Amino acid sequence: MTSHISGQRFAELHLDHVQRAFGDTVALKGMDLTIKGGEFVALLGPSGCGKSTALNCLAGLLPLTGGRITLDGKRIDDLPPEKRGFGMVFQNYALFPHMSVRRNIGFGLSMRKTPKAELKRRVDEAVRLVQLEEHQHKFPAQLSGGQQQRVAIARAIVLEPPLVLMDEPLSNLDAALRLEMRTEIRRLHQSLGLTTVYVTHDQEEALALADRLVVLRLGEVQQVGSPEEVYAHPVNQYVAGFMGYRNMIPVDVTSQEGEHATVHTDDGIKLVGVKREELTGQAVAAVRPEDFTVVSEVGENTLEAVVEIVEYHGREQAVEARLRNGSPLHIRTNSRLAPGDTIRLKVPVERVLVFS
Amino acid sequence: MTATLEQPKASVRHRLAEKGVDRVLWLLVPGAVFVILLFVYPFLYGLQLSFQPKGGGNPFQNYITFFSDEYLAETVWITLRLGLPAALFNVLASIPIAFRMRGRFRGKRALTTLLVIPITLGTVLTAEGLLAFFGPTGWFNRIWLALGADEPAKLTHNYWGVLFSLIITGFPFAFLLTLSYLSGIDPTLEQAAATLGASRRQRFRTITMPLLAPGLAVTFCLSFVLAFSVFPSAVMVGNPAGETHVMSIAAYETALRDNDFAMGSAIAMLMALVMLIVIGVVLIWRTTLYRGATGGKG
Repeated sequence: MTSHISGQRFAELHLDHVQRAFGDTVALKGMDLTIKGGEFVALLGPSGCGKSTALNCLAGLLPLTGGRITLDGKRIDDLPPEKRGFGMVFQNYALFPHMSVRRNIGFGLSMRKTPKAELKRRVDEAVRLVQLEEHQHKFPAQLSGGQQQRVAIARAIVLEPPLVLMDEPLSNLDAALRLEMRTEIRRLHQSLGLTTVYVTHDQEEALALADRLVVLRLGEVQQVGSPEEVYAHPVNQYVAGFMGYRNMIPVDVTSQEGEHATVHTDDGIKLVGVKREELTGQAVAAVRPEDFTVVSEVGENTLEAVVEIVEYHGREQAVEARLRNGSPLHIRTNSRLAPGDTIRLKVPVERVLVFS
Repeated sequence: MTATLEQPKASVRHRLAEKGVDRVLWLLVPGAVFVILLFVYPFLYGLQLSFQPKGGGNPFQNYITFFSDEYLAETVWITLRLGLPAALFNVLASIPIAFRMRGRFRGKRALTTLLVIPITLGTVLTAEGLLAFFGPTGWFNRIWLALGADEPAKLTHNYWGVLFSLIITGFPFAFLLTLSYLSGIDPTLEQAAATLGASRRQRFRTITMPLLAPGLAVTFCLSFVLAFSVFPSAVMVGNPAGETHVMSIAAYETALRDNDFAMGSAIAMLMALVMLIVIGVVLIWRTTLYRGATGGKG
């Protein structure tokens, strides 16, 4: 796709111990982050983790209660939102209901007193970019959720902002449309190279879109890294839980050597896994449901469990089983199982993460 | 057609319910009775009465008399001169205050109470307060004279006294209405405009005002109706024989002092007509505005 829209690139946006408190509750506890020009960064975490607060602080909609934000060395956290010039896509889209699609998209340009001919040209281009040619004279109320979303995106990017902020933009869409718009956002980022900060609670969305993930919890950064890093090497139990390690088996540590740890459950099942934190006594073995394979013979890293609930998911089955000691186990497998079956499950050593 | 015959026929009740006729309609009865007994009947009675002049003859005689008698015809302008500025002032003054009162802040409840209290006072108490405060020996004039004025400012028993009274009693209504309209506008719309580079003033002009305007039109209409039917304060703090000889006083005097009910009804009908014209003009202007949802999602 050829397009003249492109962000004014900056080299580095730096968040230096950014803090935001609401009364006595601290929503963001000193966030440090450096964003490079052209990057797609996702802030990931459950509601209340401070991700939207961080985004609003970046946009200038919330003043900081501590720390500073600098853009290429220039301090910007004291600027009001209209002086920062960052584009923002809101969760509820926040389209102006009394303006047509074209006027919504052209709003920022007309606030900047852009000459008429240029305004028309740039709005035309943005409309084309988000494929809304047929709908450009309609009002927001006449559009579907996905179309409204496109207008919101076009409105933010038509100004060619140095930074685009997206606040859970897909959370109001139905499942099929969400996938479609996700690809659309990725495509726009790839073709325009706009630096983007994207807030979401959906780890799949974050993994699919971002160049770099920032996992937050209770206002604190847990881990920063590429999708691969965060997915395969979560630094703690919390991040692991968020990255799909649904099984958190309580264990006792038997021995540790180098990268590996040998642990056992209270009824004597032995597991060997990768040590992710310093361990003492009690620990947790984290395993993804899809990392279990159903095997017939007893061997290393094998667990025995009784199938309780089976959900059909087409190619796979989602199975909830119970270990001898009563702890539940979530499994995804191609094997056809039925409730009441006793099964043996094997998990590779490198797929067991042991956290303290 | 056999196909339709074979289909079970929907019951009458079901078919009526499809058109919105069901037992819930009974809920309308008390309201309908109230409106018919206390509004429709008196209105129609007054209307036909106004066409039966006391002396007989031309059914339009009362209306002809009204417009040929300068003292009566003038009441239309006198009342408009009070009602329009009072309503306009109340609506305009309520905008910045309601704007500031959005969201949460300390002391909001106390401030709202203070702004709304005049509703509970009633016109008579307000008028007495005005007489005491703005009267020739009231606090206002004492300060005014102490500041070096030659003579006390005349602010009661004239146009100004009534206008003040209308503003004091009408403002809380306008304020509460404006506040509720303003609270209905999604605050993220303004935030979105800010991130798109709109300054505070531009946001107000391009986002808040257009979305608020239809509500302001309604607020203006209600404030105007309230002010146009001014009676007690026009008597108490005004000059009811002269510059605040408003329509309601004229109607009252004609009907109950001069015992000409037909003429009194005619004045009342004209009063209603003037109000309808003003409201009609405002509402026609309102149809030119955007009147849809203001909740942001469109």
